[in-house]
Amino acid sequence: MAVAQEPTTAAPAVSLRQRFSNEKTQKTLFLLVVLVPMILSFVVFWIYPMIRGAYGSFTLWRAFDPNMPWVGLKHYKALFHDPIFMRALRNTFVYALMYLPASIIVALVTALAIEASGALRGLFRTTYFIPVVTSTIATALIWSYLYQPSFGLFNQILELLHLPTQSFLKSTTQALPSIAFYALWKNMGFTMVIFLAGITAIDRVYYEAARVDGANSWQSFWGITLPLLQPAMIFVLITGVIGALQVFGPIYVMSAGGDGLPGGPANSTMVVSVYQWLMAFRELELGYGSAMGIVLFVIILALTLFQIRFLRRRWDY
Amino acid sequence: MTTVTTAPPKLSVPRKKFNWQRLLLWIFLGLGAIFMVAPFYWTIITSFKSPAEVSQFPPTWWPADPTLEHWIGLTELRFGSFAMFFRNSVFVSFTVTALVLLTSTMCGYVFAKHKFVGRDALFIGILAMMMIPFNISIIPLYAMMVDFGWTNSYWPLIIPSLYSPFGIFLMRQFIQSIPDELLDAARIDGASEFGIFFRIVIPLSTAALSALAIFTFIAQWDDFLWPLVIIDEARLYTIPLALSRFRGRTTMDVGGLAAASMVAVIPVLIVYLFAQRRFIEGIAMTGIKG
Repeated sequence: MAVAQEPTTAAPAVSLRQRFSNEKTQKTLFLLVVLVPMILSFVVFWIYPMIRGAYGSFTLWRAFDPNMPWVGLKHYKALFHDPIFMRALRNTFVYALMYLPASIIVALVTALAIEASGALRGLFRTTYFIPVVTSTIATALIWSYLYQPSFGLFNQILELLHLPTQSFLKSTTQALPSIAFYALWKNMGFTMVIFLAGITAIDRVYYEAARVDGANSWQSFWGITLPLLQPAMIFVLITGVIGALQVFGPIYVMSAGGDGLPGGPANSTMVVSVYQWLMAFRELELGYGSAMGIVLFVIILALTLFQIRFLRRRWDY
Repeated sequence: MTTVTTAPPKLSVPRKKFNWQRLLLWIFLGLGAIFMVAPFYWTIITSFKSPAEVSQFPPTWWPADPTLEHWIGLTELRFGSFAMFFRNSVFVSFTVTALVLLTSTMCGYVFAKHKFVGRDALFIGILAMMMIPFNISIIPLYAMMVDFGWTNSYWPLIIPSLYSPFGIFLMRQFIQSIPDELLDAARIDGASEFGIFFRIVIPLSTAALSALAIFTFIAQWDDFLWPLVIIDEARLYTIPLALSRFRGRTTMDVGGLAAASMVAVIPVLIVYLFAQRRFIEGIAMTGIKG
């Protein structure tokens, strides 16, 4: 408050001016109190780590070692000659391709069915959403015991039906699909609710008009429902790709046999996030791990931008 | 701003004698619903079965001789007691949620209702930060926490999460819909910025706040990778960390595992069943906006 005395002006003017300046300093103070810690926090915990991670991927960065000698592209070259990393990259994509299309189709069918289910709509919606709100690690653990070959529930049911039992998570060919199936169960409700909100928002007038024109329900689904669900679809695809490519918890919990490390059996469930964790926090190769993070980030960014471009055009009616 | 419509206009299906189609639909959806909840049912009954009954074939659908031994056993695991892990999880999740609600509303209010130089650029910058995947920042963050001497404490779980770009975005969108006249009226009456914030903005934002609270709490309760990296000492374990100790153990204690998983699931499930509409719409709303 610099304004102290203004001898020549009349009394009311001073108080008004003072009041204005009071309000202004007060507002500035409020802005500073809110924004300065916010900016500080984002710079320290978001922006600086990203820069340090990008820089670290070009250095021989080891945990607890202050020296970070520059090695250029060495880690990136090594990554593409690392058979486990290439396996992890492939597994990550295979996982996303098994999980995403299935989850979108199942969620869409379920959402349509629930929308048409009349009196029981609320009950079904609540029930299908339960896995979404429950703990990932707890449910992944439960499922790994449902999949257990000798006394797991799935094999017990197969045995009761006189069908051949399966080895699920213990098999190199079945482990990754089994985890993808768990993820479908866990997250389907979320996708379903997004679609349900989209379907509910569609104006009934369109359907009435289509019916008057003699369209059957199959035709109105392709002609009305699907095109008008475009925003929901784009959202589900983009977040789904990002989530699936970064999957960690379920793989970590479900893929281990004995006291072994995650990613087994025989690297058949090794994905990028798990391999990064192993390299960075088990082998303490922070530089190498950072390079993996950058590779994954570039892939995710490219796919996201591609989807935004492609989907907008594909479905513009 | 996308809002979730609550009351859907019903399809105008003319009432016929009996709706076979709808009955088939109910059966189809009912089977699916059973599949969604069956794993929880299996886990709950397993947690009350005796060790002999757990490995019995064919499986029993109801515990013949219910016992609490697995639940009691959770308090004397070789790496600690689940009562402690539960307390730790509750402490971290509640602290982060409360602080994120406060900071998100304050920053959201400033971005929605105040003009200052560089505001829009700053806001776009915050939105852009949501694109940074955790895969990049986790390693440098870990190195920072080591430098700070913060490993094996709760600081790394709380301090870096204090400000949430997503929370700020959500609250800004919501607070924009509060009429300016209301805030100006309060200003004329001599209310300070803090007074306006606490007495007008917060009470008018409860819908968005409850959505953000549910979203943040569930994310915190579920958080696994970051605690796994930063916390070694068992006395500081949150529930997901303690649960992960059960993974792939060859000496099976299925009953104990079932009870332990239920500790993580049941509290959220109970709150969910009471406030399911809030949950679903909150998560769908935060989801669509994010």
